[in-house]
Amino acid sequence: MTLRVHRAGILSTLQDRGRYGYQRYGMPVGGVMDEHSHRLANLLVRNAEDDATLELTLAGPRLEFTEGALIAICGGDFAPTIGGQAVPASRPVLVRAGSVLDLAVCRLGCRAYLAVAGGFDVPVVMGSKSTYLPAGIGGFKGRALRRGDELPVQRAPADLYPALHRALQSAEAFACPKWSVHANAALLAHDHHRIRFIQGRHFARFSEASRAQFVSAEFRITANSDRMGYRLEGPTLALTEPGDILPEAVTFGSIQVPPDGKPIVLMANRQTTGGYPLIGEVASVDLPLLAQLPPGDTLRFEPITLEHSQELYLQREREMALMREGLRDRAKQ
Amino acid sequence: MPEPFIREYRLSPLGDRALVIQLGDDASAETALKVRCVTERLLAQPLAGILDVVPAVCTLALHYDPLRITLPDEATGPYAALAGQVTALLQAIDDFEPAEPVTFDVPVCYGGEYGADLEELARAHDLSTDRVIELHSAALYRVQMLGFAPGFAYLAGLDAQLATPRRSNPRTHVPAGSVAIGGELTGIYPLELPGGWHLIGRSPLRMFDASAEPPVRLSMGDRVRFVQITPDDYARLAEEQG
Repeated sequence: MTLRVHRAGILSTLQDRGRYGYQRYGMPVGGVMDEHSHRLANLLVRNAEDDATLELTLAGPRLEFTEGALIAICGGDFAPTIGGQAVPASRPVLVRAGSVLDLAVCRLGCRAYLAVAGGFDVPVVMGSKSTYLPAGIGGFKGRALRRGDELPVQRAPADLYPALHRALQSAEAFACPKWSVHANAALLAHDHHRIRFIQGRHFARFSEASRAQFVSAEFRITANSDRMGYRLEGPTLALTEPGDILPEAVTFGSIQVPPDGKPIVLMANRQTTGGYPLIGEVASVDLPLLAQLPPGDTLRFEPITLEHSQELYLQREREMALMREGLRDRAKQ
Repeated sequence: MPEPFIREYRLSPLGDRALVIQLGDDASAETALKVRCVTERLLAQPLAGILDVVPAVCTLALHYDPLRITLPDEATGPYAALAGQVTALLQAIDDFEPAEPVTFDVPVCYGGEYGADLEELARAHDLSTDRVIELHSAALYRVQMLGFAPGFAYLAGLDAQLATPRRSNPRTHVPAGSVAIGGELTGIYPLELPGGWHLIGRSPLRMFDASAEPPVRLSMGDRVRFVQITPDDYARLAEEQG
């Protein structure tokens, strides 16, 4: 079965949880921006959590299913419809052969993840299906979707959600349950976002005034932000004694401060190493929220200890394990 | 008891999923040797939960999954547990015999359309373009680290006369294969990328190939020599590369 691309959207790429094991060669990890939504979408259709989903950005694609399929959409709200009928997010949806799924302009958040049961049938390159555009590798032919593409999907097990198969017989366009998994849309509805961070390796080198401003001021995400990094507008941050640092590793969520004093939060497509001082790193559990904030949104940084941040991470993984078990049982119904 | 090979080091967190081992404060070959030593040890005897080992000039980072770190007891968090394992590993290293470095000859066509900044760079240093080429191709460079892009090697050993601060306005598109100077380093752009280094030539060699194992030509500690070629050689070698 294939997904026929009628319209590609602004930036629709296949991404999984990233390309690990090659950072020592300078190869960026890449992968999804909002890992939480990506994993939920996969779990809902009973794919492996690290299988590739289609990451949509700001304005979505229009896709035709050549065969019936089980899908899930999680993350930002792209007002999805099939035949003019709204398709609910954050739950499994069974669609008929020939259905056309229309994902419009994003009205909450900025990215969504489309999982299709069986998974996208694209080659694994350097251990991952993630699209890495600068090198033109991974994903679908190493690039973003274009109109006319035929995106292959592997065959899914036929016994998932038997109740939905029965419901589809009498449904108009698609069948889905009344329940949904908890989505992060509620978090996005706030105007001011709190992003927790752990002190960075060069935190102490920043002036006292800059350290104080970093946690008290509001920062705005500029238009010049993408999968590689979020450039922030706010107070100018300065080192007590200006100077370069020798290049060293950076990570997803590293907040680096170039000489112009305007912080950049490094995101999924970050480079493996950087040469600017790091004032902090965003707590992993807050990265999915940050990844959903579009340019123009504002945020504040709130300090958190490493220990607390890791506790939150382990807590979220325990919740994810429960979700995995719960959804496995639901898929039998 | 033999003297430990790594006597001084500092561990610090890089966020909640990475740990940095600092092995010095400089870009010396001596520090680089320690970085290589610890990197090779960690690759040979992987610790549970480590996703990536990323060596740099005087540090190396371990990216890890906090969920998969073995915790000695309930009171110890993933970072502290990993720091304990790393400390034990570092203290157990009593010797390092680095493999003989491999030397790569990298063909480069200097100047003209191949190196758009060669003349400007020569003028800035009051040298002829021929002299810049001579100095650049006479040195034996050491791969300090890989970073910035897949297969991009920071090459140390640039003649001090050629050191040039990075461009104040970086280019948005630097052609793949460009040989460039940035600060006291030189390097070869493996892909078409944005970049702020001064372009002095271009190599037809492919520095990154996702289908090869390893996918990059150069690794830490290797030596590089640049060999001047003509535009005709460039065309022929580029064709051979496919």
